[in-house]
Amino acid sequence: MTIRKRRYAAPLEPVAGNGLLDRRALLGRGIMFAGAVSTGVGSSRTTAAADPLRDDPWSLETGAITPALQTPSRFEKDVVRILSNPNGEPRTSHARTPHHLLNGTITPNSLHFSINHSGIPDIDPDKHRLVIHGMVKQPLVFTVDSLARYPMVSRMAFVECAGNSAGMFSPQPLQASVQALHGLVSNAEWTGVPLSTLLEETGIDPKAIWMIAEGADSLALSRSLPVKKALDDAMVALYQNGERIMPGNGYPMRLVLPGWEGNMQVKFLRRLKLTDQPGMTYFETRTYSQILPNGKAYRFYFVNEVKSFITHPSFGQALKEPGYYEISGIAYSGSGRIAKVMVSADGGKSWAQAALQEPVQSKAFTRFRVPWRWDGQPAILQSRAWDEAGNVQPLRAQFVAERGEAAKVPSPLGFANQHYNSLTSWAIDSKGEIKHVYA
Amino acid sequence: MSMLKPIPSLLLALAFAAPAALAEPPGLGKPIAETEIKAWDIGILPDGTGLPAGSGTAEQGAKIYAEKCVACHGEGGKGGISAALVGAPPIKSIDATKTVANFWGYSTTVFDYVRRAMPWMSPRTLTDDEVYALTAFILAQNKIIGDNDVMNAQTLPKVKMPNADNFIIKFPDKI
Ligand code: HEC
Repeated sequence: MTIRKRRYAAPLEPVAGNGLLDRRALLGRGIMFAGAVSTGVGSSRTTAAADPLRDDPWSLETGAITPALQTPSRFEKDVVRILSNPNGEPRTSHARTPHHLLNGTITPNSLHFSINHSGIPDIDPDKHRLVIHGMVKQPLVFTVDSLARYPMVSRMAFVECAGNSAGMFSPQPLQASVQALHGLVSNAEWTGVPLSTLLEETGIDPKAIWMIAEGADSLALSRSLPVKKALDDAMVALYQNGERIMPGNGYPMRLVLPGWEGNMQVKFLRRLKLTDQPGMTYFETRTYSQILPNGKAYRFYFVNEVKSFITHPSFGQALKEPGYYEISGIAYSGSGRIAKVMVSADGGKSWAQAALQEPVQSKAFTRFRVPWRWDGQPAILQSRAWDEAGNVQPLRAQFVAERGEAAKVPSPLGFANQHYNSLTSWAIDSKGEIKHVYA
Repeated sequence: MSMLKPIPSLLLALAFAAPAALAEPPGLGKPIAETEIKAWDIGILPDGTGLPAGSGTAEQGAKIYAEKCVACHGEGGKGGISAALVGAPPIKSIDATKTVANFWGYSTTVFDYVRRAMPWMSPRTLTDDEVYALTAFILAQNKIIGDNDVMNAQTLPKVKMPNADNFIIKFPDKI
């Protein structure tokens, strides 16, 4: 990292406990990193008595053939999703995004999380149909080709399973990676037709309050959503990060309901039926209803509320030596834009405001960053996000008081409960090893 | 993104009226009659809307269960490689196992789910009578209905599930 020296640049002092530095150092406002620039601390600054640089073999021969469809370097072979059901047993399959190995805000399509309750259907797009019917003036059927001719919009949106972070309901902190704990959320640019456009063409009976969405998978997975949401920002998406939607993410079309539970954003979408009541389908009245400590349960927990977690550094990525690091992570809210992220390195005793990567978009990932000088002493890293609607991530004690903890320690890939949006804490010991703790 | 903004008058404007927002809608959707959608229109609403003709009893259901369901859901529905369909362990913690009898809010959901999704490997192969019979079997084994009760479009929606009143709508303002 090169920091341009400016004439009035002030050395950067920690702004919060355990070495958190001022985020403005990242914004190029003329603040220098204390030590690193002004005094040149660190052995890495002196000439290393290493091998002199010379050409490696790959620099001395013609490279590989340029492929039609490119894949990552073979050195990145560990950057893959964790699978819950690799042999396709008759149950749900989950594939989790490796957030600790990615950066920025866009989840590559090959690594977007995916949950399939009965496998991924092999849909021929020429035969696929979308029907809109029920309490409409004129039921209509659309082909993929006909939808592709409609006026389209593109928008960034995170999709998160309601059961993402379920391991955080464990009564003891699970020693698991950010991928295992929080890998059921991803972020992409979705392109498709606003659902409101299609509903203009069918017309809506004013008594229609709900819409039951159904997929072309073997379970004909179905979920009810309010017409209100359909007319607000819902989309029938055909493209994911510029290319046609991945099979595991709903090819050839899916609902995108920005900020709402992943399961409601029905994949392989083939039918929308307008009704005056919800379907009370299996996935809404059973699977995605959340048991509360008093034995009652939430129903229609549509929104994924404001949340953040640190991806770098995180569990499994030991710090090799004291010195400068960038703490960074992901923040998002189903209620709008991220307004602020605070980061602590001392388990919540003191906080520094994180820099937010522009553009900060509504209901989409925001990358936050804080410069940090680790002095080699134990530290506990946490992040806490606020959204523009004024919602804030609840502290763990507050969250547990309201939503409870599981009776048994679950598997990191299990689903003790849903809609966890409290903090995640990574404890770093003096050797640089990182553990998951509750703090 | 202006197209995605809620248009306050949209609902009214759309009420069986000519489309208002797009000056010239593409109009590429093809009209289709409800009769042509029949094969896909399998959903059941909690008030019973959508329930087909036909009927079934627990006794009939037991036979079908033994043939088509027991391999995964176990003897008497007590659970096997897949979920138990019978039994109501008390909900004592937030990670309690949810079952038809201790959790499901609506009897119609049993019919709807079995009809659309079961048996797992060959969904939508059961006749409507078979689905009524299996629904009766599951409800009777759980003592939610009597052993001799007949399930049909009239009786099924009237079956009240034990946990029906224990749900709280999280975001009523979004509906
Ligand atoms: C090949 C295995 C298999 C067969 C055969 C099968 N099921 Fe299932 N069933 C499943 C799976 C998997 C689930 C999803 C829940 C789970 O993972 O256990 C499920 C879920 C259910 C549920 C919801 C249970 C709950 O509380 O979540 C019902 C009801 C059900 N099946 C009924 C039936 C009936 C009736 C038959 C026979 C017609 C049948 N199943 C045959 C595998 C099977």
